[in-house]
Amino acid sequence: MKRSLLGALAVSTMLSPIAAMAQTEVQFWHAFTGRLGELVAAQVEEFNASQSDYVVVQSHKGNYSETLNAGIAAFRAGEQPHILMVFEVGTATMMAAAGAVRPVYEVMAQSGATFDQDAYIGAVKGYYTSTEGDMLSLPFNASTPVLWVNRDAMAAAGVDPDTDLSTWQNVDAALTALKAGGEECPLVTAWQSWIHLENFSAYHDVPFATQDNGFAGLDTELTLNGEAQVAHLTAMGQWAQDGKFIYTGRRNEGGANFRAGDCALFTESSAGYAGISSEAEFDFDVRPLPYWEGVGNAPQNTIIGGASLWVMEGHEDDEYKGAGQFLSFLSSSDVQAAWHQNTGYLPITSEAGDATRAAGFYEANPGTEVAVIQMTAKEPTANSKGLRLGSFDQIRGIIDEELEGIWAGDKTAQEAMDSAKERGDALLRRFEAANR
Amino acid sequence: MEKRVTFRGWWLPALLIAPQVLVSAVFFFYPAGQAIWQSLFIPDPFGLSSRFVGIGNFEFLLSDKFYRASFGTTAVFSILVTLCSMIPALFLAVMADRLIKGSGVYRTMLIWPYAVAPAIAGVLWLFMFNTRVGVVSWYLGNLGYDWNHVLNGGEAMGLVVVASAWGRISYNFLFFFAALQAVPRSVIEAAAIDGARFWKRFWTIVLPLLSPTTFFLLVVNVVYSFFETFGVIHTITSGGPQQSTTVLVYKVFSDGFVGQDLGSSSAQSVILLIVVGLLTIIQFKFVEKRVHY
Repeated sequence: MKRSLLGALAVSTMLSPIAAMAQTEVQFWHAFTGRLGELVAAQVEEFNASQSDYVVVQSHKGNYSETLNAGIAAFRAGEQPHILMVFEVGTATMMAAAGAVRPVYEVMAQSGATFDQDAYIGAVKGYYTSTEGDMLSLPFNASTPVLWVNRDAMAAAGVDPDTDLSTWQNVDAALTALKAGGEECPLVTAWQSWIHLENFSAYHDVPFATQDNGFAGLDTELTLNGEAQVAHLTAMGQWAQDGKFIYTGRRNEGGANFRAGDCALFTESSAGYAGISSEAEFDFDVRPLPYWEGVGNAPQNTIIGGASLWVMEGHEDDEYKGAGQFLSFLSSSDVQAAWHQNTGYLPITSEAGDATRAAGFYEANPGTEVAVIQMTAKEPTANSKGLRLGSFDQIRGIIDEELEGIWAGDKTAQEAMDSAKERGDALLRRFEAANR
Repeated sequence: MEKRVTFRGWWLPALLIAPQVLVSAVFFFYPAGQAIWQSLFIPDPFGLSSRFVGIGNFEFLLSDKFYRASFGTTAVFSILVTLCSMIPALFLAVMADRLIKGSGVYRTMLIWPYAVAPAIAGVLWLFMFNTRVGVVSWYLGNLGYDWNHVLNGGEAMGLVVVASAWGRISYNFLFFFAALQAVPRSVIEAAAIDGARFWKRFWTIVLPLLSPTTFFLLVVNVVYSFFETFGVIHTITSGGPQQSTTVLVYKVFSDGFVGQDLGSSSAQSVILLIVVGLLTIIQFKFVEKRVHY
């Protein structure tokens, strides 16, 4: 597989000077390395081989933040790519830059590619559509948080691995039992703000920010210091004090602990599947993210993380046609189904999900369907459609800082979230001023 | 008396300094001017529009208590980095200077860490102190000390200070060592004959003679700790836990490149420029009086 890919790359590199005369080049900047990078390269190869009018050139530009920065810097210098991968927290930044991006629905119409917005899964699409319902960027990789269970660790601590962990009430009891059974790391998490605040709010159908979480306007304010969120963080803060929840860092550092078998429960993206299934030397389960019984309308649906593809302004018509063809190829059912099965990312079209089910993939790989069901079981509400907040990458940094205050026992959950709101709102006001 | 060469006319000296002036203009004055200009606006990230706000960016910054707190963090960090990189360097230089055999080997070994890029140094130290797999944290754990720089602000500060100072010790060592070589042997021998012991000689003769070098290193190290330690902080703590390692230059990065808020970021560079300028003036005005050339 890898060798043939390298061979194909080498051949295409040799041929490209000749081919370039006849073909229109489309630049595609993305943020994937390793296994994901190989899969993206393979998709691009397949597209290039499938037709002769366009050639897509993919390049890796660093992590999500670095790729977005590279795209912005390139735009300022007039060297922007045709297609730029932007992570979900950069969505509001891109949407506000009307002169810098060309909406995907327009590109699709221009390119003449078949494009049916209704084919995309609502909860995925909703994040990237305008208030009028037009799709502005193409969802590419989308995942949602789930609960990973180390069955062996549960058994070792004398807790039944099949214990119902669907609610936080049950998890609370399980953590106490795990701790009593000698487990040193009962619970660990990745992406704390994304899972325990952003998704928490959507899942319990409580607002994270006013103006429909920012979808209805730039004059939005954070409401993450609401009763439900504070209650959850108070409980987690207590777990942290009792040694039932172990804090490992702001990103997905906890993944190393879980994959090594050091921790019993782990809240992490469904896209952790590839890593956990290949490294874990223990029996594991994927369960739906827990919710607090009786709080809000839980369980509503969870929201996505990941990235979408934006088409940048300032290129030739012909090149937009190529970009449209490529995006259309990416959302085709076969490509999506393969991507979903290889990576653990969600399928972006219902058709790709159905194809995966029909192929018997979910039965062969138990747990891979949990995320899909969790996201699509209910029609999203205004609180669970997603988040659209300016400067959100930085607001997440503020939230991380405040959460660390709770885990260290320096602040109560209420104090920390009040402060996060105050500081986050100041950034939202600046974003509003910059994009007025 | 020193010899002085004087040029007739003005075109040759002008020609000779022209490359330096050009480099300074292109790489220092132009960007600094841009930063000052941009600090008066709130632009959107893509440069499509920008709004003039006068000193609004500065007002916004200085009314933010977290920004003001980061001055304190920066002061603590800079003082610690400067001390931790200069004192061991001086000690090592004095020791290496006393060696008769094999000093070349020691010198080479001591200079090596300077070749390690700050971000790499950060990763190295991070691995050693990693709460899960770190060698040092494992050892501390055996001694009964629970190392956790992920939540403990003091430990995080200690770690970034050590990681920042480590490579810098080599640089300082090089200068101290060279300066020690220049201390006249006859003065030291005379003191020795008068019965002064090693440390007595060091305090009363060597250290004062090193003062120009020490002063130079002080200025250079303060500037280093203000501007170049960004890579270490980025790789080890990203400014956390909470705000305990968010120094001014890290905030410039995070507002500019994470928040895409170029107005605030530029305003912070301007403030940083003023702070470092003032510090350098203070150093030259007060500390330099005690330097004997």
